[in-house]
Amino acid sequence: MSTAAPLRRSLVTPTTLVLVALVVIAFCFLLQRFLFGLGAVANINPGYPWGIWVVVDVIIGTAFGCGGFAMALLVYIFNRGQYHPLMRPALLSGLFGYTLGGFAVIFDLGRYWQAYNLLLPWHAQLNSVMFEVALCVMAYVVVLWIEFSPAFLERFGFVGIKRILERWMFVIVALGVLLPTMHQSSLGSMLLVMEYRLSPLWFTLWLPALFVISALAMGYAVVMFEATVVSKTFSLPSEHALISKMSIVVGWITVAWLVLRFGDLFARNALPLAFIGSISVFLFWVENAMFLAAALVFITPAGRASQRASFLGAVALLAGGSLYRLDAYLIGYQPLNNWSYFPSVPELMVSIGVVALEVLLYLIFIKTLPVLHGDAARR
Amino acid sequence: MTEVDRRDFLRGAGFATAAAAVPTEASAAIARPPKQISPQAVGMLYDSTLCIGCRACVAACKEANKMPAEVPATLTGWNENTWDSAEDLSGRTLNVIKVYRNGTAEQKDHEINGFAFVKRHCLHCIDPSCVSVCPVGAMQKDAATGIVSYDPDVCIGCRYCVYGCPFGVPQFDFSSALGKIAKCEFCRHLQKDGKIPACCDVCPTGASLFGPVKELEREIERRTAAAPGTPYQFPRGKIGENRPPNAATIPTYVKGVYGEHEAGGTQVRYLAGVPFPKLGLPTVGRQSPASLSEGMQHTIYQWLIAPLVAFVGFAFLARRNLALHHDDDAPPSKEG
Repeated sequence: MSTAAPLRRSLVTPTTLVLVALVVIAFCFLLQRFLFGLGAVANINPGYPWGIWVVVDVIIGTAFGCGGFAMALLVYIFNRGQYHPLMRPALLSGLFGYTLGGFAVIFDLGRYWQAYNLLLPWHAQLNSVMFEVALCVMAYVVVLWIEFSPAFLERFGFVGIKRILERWMFVIVALGVLLPTMHQSSLGSMLLVMEYRLSPLWFTLWLPALFVISALAMGYAVVMFEATVVSKTFSLPSEHALISKMSIVVGWITVAWLVLRFGDLFARNALPLAFIGSISVFLFWVENAMFLAAALVFITPAGRASQRASFLGAVALLAGGSLYRLDAYLIGYQPLNNWSYFPSVPELMVSIGVVALEVLLYLIFIKTLPVLHGDAARR
Repeated sequence: MTEVDRRDFLRGAGFATAAAAVPTEASAAIARPPKQISPQAVGMLYDSTLCIGCRACVAACKEANKMPAEVPATLTGWNENTWDSAEDLSGRTLNVIKVYRNGTAEQKDHEINGFAFVKRHCLHCIDPSCVSVCPVGAMQKDAATGIVSYDPDVCIGCRYCVYGCPFGVPQFDFSSALGKIAKCEFCRHLQKDGKIPACCDVCPTGASLFGPVKELEREIERRTAAAPGTPYQFPRGKIGENRPPNAATIPTYVKGVYGEHEAGGTQVRYLAGVPFPKLGLPTVGRQSPASLSEGMQHTIYQWLIAPLVAFVGFAFLARRNLALHHDDDAPPSKEG
């Protein structure tokens, strides 16, 4: 029936043990946070009320979770069925990117015990971009679990439920493309209120478009990155032929992003600001160089043909997209009263723990559920 | 008392060229229409030239709002929580007086070799960002008085208001496991009983003056129209109230009224003898940030038409394409 199969490998390995240790450390610091307040663990302050728990775990983390969104768009909306073998691993990474992003929100919220107010209609605040993001992300987490559920249903033999689900899957797939389009663009819109606090190198009316396009590009990059890492780690046959074909799409999406980014800077006369010596300007160039490097790899036949170059291109795209988000939310932002911010060690350990949990769950799932392309996994 | 940070205003000034006072055409086109001030709006006039830096307002604020004293780490050696020395707004300080100093600091209200005081607290924007960004409506603006209030029982602690306020006003108390947002609410609990905000009530010189914004605007006109040196009866407490005024002379004001246009206008206004950026007041353009972000959001999501159309389109294509594969794990299609 299904061509996907669980990977027959041991669950307990040195890697998984290290991951478990990192998760345990993170939970210890989280306990401290819940007992003594955010300030006891994180370096966030009046000038930087949002730190890496928001920007890395949620803003960047959900962009890393866009693999399912990007692949669903390609496979089901643009009918490129040949990429279907990449679909389930992509959904799985999306599942954890988003579920853990939502989890990270809870421990970052200062008054988490009242978080349910987001769901009470009489507290709904329709002018708030964050309200829209919160509802869309919550809905999308549910959508991702449903999209991924055939893997469970197959594993445990619930054929009847799977058949009913398949009949309605088109609704779930449509939501799985619509919701990320909405909230990934809104993560850019969330900065529109920062007109007087955000450097013109990042503040633009095109923020929603720049965020959603780069999220899409990062979604494909995650899929490429994972496929390569998984096939190398478990010495499975390479998916490079498939990835190489897909990368031309990614290349042109990246080019479109760069054209919009620089066209807008030029039109707004903001480019001269990119030639003033400062850390944020330096990072502006690093961020764009990453996008450019990825674009060059993916639009040239030689770049696409080389497995190493493609892998590095995907890494550059993920790094560039992450840095773009970090810059827009923290580095290009001018705090009042001269506050500065650098994450504390416990703060970093919590974010690292979230990533470790993500990788750990990914490994457990591919080893116990039919996720990876069957022919490869069964070997 | 903390000194206004010099790097802060340098930074602000550098930024001012970019954040133009007048919004660009594109941003004005997307922004929703600006909000208008309520005819019954109450506000405050802070005249920096009248302020003597006694900080009676800071102490009165703490008392009226039951906030604890703050002692900076450097002073804990001798100050055992008996003397509040808040340096800036924080999760435990709603109102603070800061000082500007230059050179020999000899003359009050002089930019060069002078000093000046500045009071910082919520400006009660006409179109507040904090109200616009709050996902659960914990920040509300009263339709009549225009007071921007906060409800800790609704707040989820996301701190978007702290991040989004162009004036850096709302503060989250990071030091508590059950922290909440702190911001000046114009002592609305006192106003309910017919009293005025504690800071204006105790101000000995009338530097902090409470009253309807309309009347405060007329008072500003009278002060700025009079020639420097003219004897003047500065009202104290609440404008129009029969409290004995402070008899002094009209100082030399710098041009402009801070708060008249900033971020779409505020209900707190400042007059000063030293340029506002030097007092650490952020340089903020005229367009309210809320009007731009709400304008964009409601353009994209008007009546949810665009998302619905996209959903129907996606669903149609997904249904067709899934049917082509029959099974969700069917072999690859020939296309592409």
